[in-house]
Amino acid sequence: MFKFRIERAPAPMWTKPLIPIVAILVTFLITSILIILAKANPLQAYYHFLITPLSSTFSALEVLVKATPLILTGIAVTFAFTSGYFNIGAEGQLAAGAIAATWVGITFGNLSPIIAIPLMIIGGFVAGMAWALIPAILKVKLKVDEVVTTLLMNSIIVYFISWLLNGPWRDPISNWPQSPDIGSSAIFFRLIPKSRLHIGFIIALIVVVIVYFLIKKTPLGLRMRASGASKTGAEFAGINVSKTIFIAALVSGGIAGLAGVSEVAGIHYHLIDSISNELGYTGIIVATLGGLHPIGVAISALFIGLIDTGSQTVSRMLGVPVYLGNVVQSALLLVTLGMLLFQNYRIKRL
Amino acid sequence: MLAVEMKGISKHFGLVQANQDVHFCLESGEIHALLGENGAGKTTLMRILYGLYRADEGEIFINGNKMEIHSPKDAIAAGVGMVTQHFTLVPTLTVAENIVLGYTNSLTLSQKLIEQKVQAASERFGVSVNSSALVKHLSLGERQRVEILKALYRNAKILIMDEPTAVLVPQEVDILFESLLRLVKNGLSVIFISHKLNEVMTVCDRVTVLRDGKTVGTVNKNETSREKLAKMMVGRETFLDTQRSSRKTGESVYEVKDLTASGQQVVKALDNISFTINANEILGIAGVSGNGQSELTKVLTGILKPTHGSIKLEGQEISRLSPGDLTEAGLGRTPEDRHEGTIGDLTVAENLALEDLNNYTKNNILDQKKIHEDALKKIDEFQIKASPNDRLRTLSGGNMQKVVFARALSRRPKVVIASQPTRGLDVGATEYVRKRLLEERDRGAAVILISEDLDEIMALSDRIAVLYEGCIKGIVPTSEATAEKIGLLMAGVC
Repeated sequence: MFKFRIERAPAPMWTKPLIPIVAILVTFLITSILIILAKANPLQAYYHFLITPLSSTFSALEVLVKATPLILTGIAVTFAFTSGYFNIGAEGQLAAGAIAATWVGITFGNLSPIIAIPLMIIGGFVAGMAWALIPAILKVKLKVDEVVTTLLMNSIIVYFISWLLNGPWRDPISNWPQSPDIGSSAIFFRLIPKSRLHIGFIIALIVVVIVYFLIKKTPLGLRMRASGASKTGAEFAGINVSKTIFIAALVSGGIAGLAGVSEVAGIHYHLIDSISNELGYTGIIVATLGGLHPIGVAISALFIGLIDTGSQTVSRMLGVPVYLGNVVQSALLLVTLGMLLFQNYRIKRL
Repeated sequence: MLAVEMKGISKHFGLVQANQDVHFCLESGEIHALLGENGAGKTTLMRILYGLYRADEGEIFINGNKMEIHSPKDAIAAGVGMVTQHFTLVPTLTVAENIVLGYTNSLTLSQKLIEQKVQAASERFGVSVNSSALVKHLSLGERQRVEILKALYRNAKILIMDEPTAVLVPQEVDILFESLLRLVKNGLSVIFISHKLNEVMTVCDRVTVLRDGKTVGTVNKNETSREKLAKMMVGRETFLDTQRSSRKTGESVYEVKDLTASGQQVVKALDNISFTINANEILGIAGVSGNGQSELTKVLTGILKPTHGSIKLEGQEISRLSPGDLTEAGLGRTPEDRHEGTIGDLTVAENLALEDLNNYTKNNILDQKKIHEDALKKIDEFQIKASPNDRLRTLSGGNMQKVVFARALSRRPKVVIASQPTRGLDVGATEYVRKRLLEERDRGAAVILISEDLDEIMALSDRIAVLYEGCIKGIVPTSEATAEKIGLLMAGVC
């Protein structure tokens, strides 16, 4: 008889690309139970989740629209995580970017787009950085756990936006708590007529390329990867780990801020209460699924965008709750994290 | 009567033979010291007795009965208790809770009742503890008493104490010895693992010495002396061969003065250390592990800032510089633990470049070509069996150490700091690393060799400093060093 033993050792490299595939399969098996409980056929449900959105041009482009902010928050999270800084605050940093974009859009929205749009992008980036600043300082100077502080900063900005929208920025015309629209020159123009796809998608792709380059090809990127992989090792090699983490934390905030700009200028054209709508938290899922590799993150953002779009189709076609999409996403994250744990073990035949 | 008899115990871990045909007898009612250097096999032997390891070969008798000890549970049932070097208490629980933890079957737990029981046991055994105190508020000496009481509460008749004084201040050591002597009078038998000769001579009745996993012998305290024990513990015939005439060394390069630093557990892990090293010289720093070697390495490599004192490189003060600046200043730094000083998830080439990134950057972009080519050169020069793109974690210990050396030595540093450079390496890699250190010396570098391997120190050093409890106990030229002399210094006698 064969005997096996499980031991702690890194799994072979060829298992790496298998992780997302197996994770998706396992997730579908698990969530099938819920779909059956909702009195729908799981196979049909997955067809509508994954295939139907791609079957028409309009809904396929909608997948890209949904993926745009997720690429940015996913990349933001990836940037911080790479250096060992666990930024859970993309949600709030996105909101900060959205506030700045709204302000710039209203104030300078009647100038030429050549001025207004770059100003919004810069403003959103700076605002995201600013919102990431306090946790970063606390981490570097006092070793306060960034997971807690970045998370708490998210709640603060939710209430700040609420105050803005019910007070000074309230649109006098609308019945909803929302800001006035940004000026027409500040609106991100559409890439394809009759779809919502806007230049934010192109900006997101550019950010992917820049971040890939930064992480893989520059000394800063190497310092970040070193600090993230082994703080003691990086320190020993003479790297200023605190400074590296500080930079990574701020840039991460800035990128999340861009997601806010994209949502305001590309989708809503004004600030609303639920501007981030968990995009920041989903960014953590996207980054983890993408293996903290910029290209992988872009792919996983598209995949989550597909499930997002698909969950609406499923709900419409089969009458199951739209929240099923969230369940699938969350289950996928848990399964992936579980699979990453398995990565540390090998099965050995005795 | 014999409380414990261990016959022909052998145990190996991988290629290392930790115990080889070891014989050990504990008489009832004695304190028996198990003496030996690090890696002599003392702890392994006792872990076998306590059921933490299984022996490959050999038999264990307790009170004359042959026993199969599969787990600590069996050992406890046979009346064996162990107080390990690192305590196994839950800091947030009370003393009483810690003592009954895992030793109570009742469904409910009355805080008051267990406190009374534990307090009563404390008085009965004469081991004073405050049963309602939280363990996190206790000093290390008090925690140790809780550990002892925990064993006694489980009806231990045989108590194993693994380096019990390592974490104690002198006053606490006295209290510990008093209670041990009292407990022995009441019928307890104690095995006392130690490498400190003074303690062994103070408190023990008999001594068994282990060396390289084998029994050297068992002697009565009254029939031996510290000098004889020291020789049994470290004495190797090779010592005489390695003595040589003193070599000519260069000018003083590196000067450490009144260096004091605090460690994780101790306030003064390093206490007023001073030494100088010349060009063309290797200064060996010997000592039993845990006497300040880690802290010294950390301070010298810039990871830990000293609380007091100075380090000068060619007259320049460098003790407060960052690790990166130390490299710039001309130090070749290697870490005590090669896994901690390197980054397993990065490639060999990236690890090699990491200390000198400015040199590998062109227009703010990494010069991948140069990183790769230089890595190939170093791999060739230092005989590293790996390719530049291999992840470092996939390398063997020896090759990893060569990467560490290649990074530190390729800039031809004025001072080389090597700490435990051959720990865990096979014979071939050990040979290479030692040869390399001698080459550095011949090139004109001042080399600091911190090592727990006395053979290594004796074979390579021009002078030997001995570290004991954070102090330098003496610096002797290797030509005057004998096994006895160094052994006594290492055991803190002189």
